[in-house]
Amino acid sequence: MDDLRHDPDYTLFRPILEKDRRFLWMVSVLVGLIGWSIYMYLRQWKYGLSVTGLNNNVTWGFYIINFVFFIGVSHAGTLISAILRLSQAEWRRPITRMAEVITAIVLIIGGIHPIIDLGRPDRLMNVFYYGRLQSPLLWDVTAITTYFTASTVYLYVPMIPDIALLRDRTTKFRWLYKFLSWGYRGTERQKHILERAMSILMVLVIPVAVSVHTVISYIFSMTLQSGWHSTIFGPYFVTGAIYSGTATLLVVMIAFRKMYHLENYLKEIHFRYMSILLLVFSLLWTYFTFSEFLTGVYGNEPMEMKVIRFKLTGAYAPYFWSMVTLNFLIPLIVLTNKKLKTIKGILFTSIGVIIGMWLERLIIIVPSLTNTRLPLVVQAYIPSLTEWSLFIGGISMFCLLFLIFSKVFPLISIWEIRDGRAEGLEEAKGRLESYLPDRAVAEGRAQ
Amino acid sequence: MTKWGMVIDLNKCTGCGACVNACRMENNIPNVGPEAAHDGRNMDWMQIVTEYEGEYPDIRITHIPLLCFQCDNAPCTKVCPVHATYQNSDGLVGQVYYRCIGCRFCMAACPYSAKKFNYAEPNVPGEYEDHLNPDVTRRMKGVVEKCSFCHHRLAHAKDLARYENRDLRESDFQPACVESCPADAMVFGDLENPAHTVHDLKDSSRAFRLEEELGTEPKVYYLKKEDK
Repeated sequence: MDDLRHDPDYTLFRPILEKDRRFLWMVSVLVGLIGWSIYMYLRQWKYGLSVTGLNNNVTWGFYIINFVFFIGVSHAGTLISAILRLSQAEWRRPITRMAEVITAIVLIIGGIHPIIDLGRPDRLMNVFYYGRLQSPLLWDVTAITTYFTASTVYLYVPMIPDIALLRDRTTKFRWLYKFLSWGYRGTERQKHILERAMSILMVLVIPVAVSVHTVISYIFSMTLQSGWHSTIFGPYFVTGAIYSGTATLLVVMIAFRKMYHLENYLKEIHFRYMSILLLVFSLLWTYFTFSEFLTGVYGNEPMEMKVIRFKLTGAYAPYFWSMVTLNFLIPLIVLTNKKLKTIKGILFTSIGVIIGMWLERLIIIVPSLTNTRLPLVVQAYIPSLTEWSLFIGGISMFCLLFLIFSKVFPLISIWEIRDGRAEGLEEAKGRLESYLPDRAVAEGRAQ
Repeated sequence: MTKWGMVIDLNKCTGCGACVNACRMENNIPNVGPEAAHDGRNMDWMQIVTEYEGEYPDIRITHIPLLCFQCDNAPCTKVCPVHATYQNSDGLVGQVYYRCIGCRFCMAACPYSAKKFNYAEPNVPGEYEDHLNPDVTRRMKGVVEKCSFCHHRLAHAKDLARYENRDLRESDFQPACVESCPADAMVFGDLENPAHTVHDLKDSSRAFRLEEELGTEPKVYYLKKEDK
């Protein structure tokens, strides 16, 4: 233990080793909130969905919105980390772990939402007994379970060396680390196998991640409802998902940087690079939104226009224009302006993007249900206390699981940082040299 | 193959609501009470939508009775994850209350908003308990239901025809709403059997189906309202 204090990376061990009063305080608040939402859910179990604000036309509300939203956030992680690893971006080292944890945790929360939404949760197993693979809902079940398996393995495998390190050098949770490290000792062979497994996983996980949100968009686009029946929904949802995920990753990075004093690991440059990614996705998202609405408006099909008018100038106009502001205008202004692009500015933008992307899910789901094809009287959808409570419960669950994770495992991959110091520098130099025109050849021509 | 269908003459419909009430009685439709009805959770399988055209005093009123159209190419059966809504061999779109998981995907997929969801445990006041129709399953909290074209009557009619060793006649099977219509605005029968009235009516120049362009092939036809 003593020698660890002199370790150059002691900051990364500190959250695990040292007691923290803030942690207990936060955990108790979060557990309270989750307890409240569990109580509200049990109430819903007893009284049925009558405790929500849903009605016979607007049959999907907060639960489905949050389902799409949370699953979207989960895309940050694995996808960003896999792409950064694949492209050998050296600055990825302190980021990948956090990104992967987001995926694993948010997938659990997102995956629970369709079950909360069921009118008969007691018959959940019917999905397996009588499942129809022709139903997009079954595609979701398949895609999400696959993605969850892939992303937890992808989170776990690169953690093995760190767990082994904790097993050897700390005394807390010895049994857990011993079990989870699988006898990893860091021999050449083990390291080779580990790296091989990682490179297979990161290639595998990308198509799975893309498929998940595509399939979620299919729930909507496979129906005939105006506003949903659109061919661009697959890529549109994937883009939105990565966008909201990147913003969440930035918020998480900034929060833990402050909480655990990780300034030396998460430097300004990381935020600058990540914010470029955020800006790219902001523009991509805007492009998709623009295409979606322009084709609708130009075609001027009456039912389609009814929904579009409802969004642009009708009851949902305040939400729509705040979404445009939060997802397009603010990121564009803040992230292209050097003076505004500070960590505070990025935090502000990211929180805005998360809210904006949640609004986008709301704007996609509810207006199409409110504007029925037949001239019916439709009651407006007003979410009830139960729905709000479960939403807050979901967010609390995210914070709680993340906090607990940070107290058991290092949030920044220690071995990858060390590898970066030991080999990364040389390797990057070698790689850079290999990009440049060969000097020998150039000189040979000169002669 | 039979293809049960309905033709509703909008010229004749007075919007009296007899069909809606007959449907309630026949299919044990629960009374949700004023509050839930206000929240848009009415369970009626049939409803009448009234469209107004023109300005007072020259108003043209059209009453359109709406029910499940039992589409041949039903968008709802396609998306059900558990085979709880399906098309049976009579071409009717069935609903299995004891299998439905209440995901409400079929409701979101139905372009006609024909489906209803039991948000709460169905409320049947004590005095109604003895007057429920024993032929129709009572639904439970958390499942989706909709108009069935009174398929329990079809089962009866088929049994009777088999017992008497003859083919089904048009008068053997009529849903409760059609039976109750005082204006004879609704006609029911086999759309593909030339002996049935609906066979010719559906080819009338006034006949149309709602949102026909979606390709859902609804089996309920309307006869356009004409000024006299």
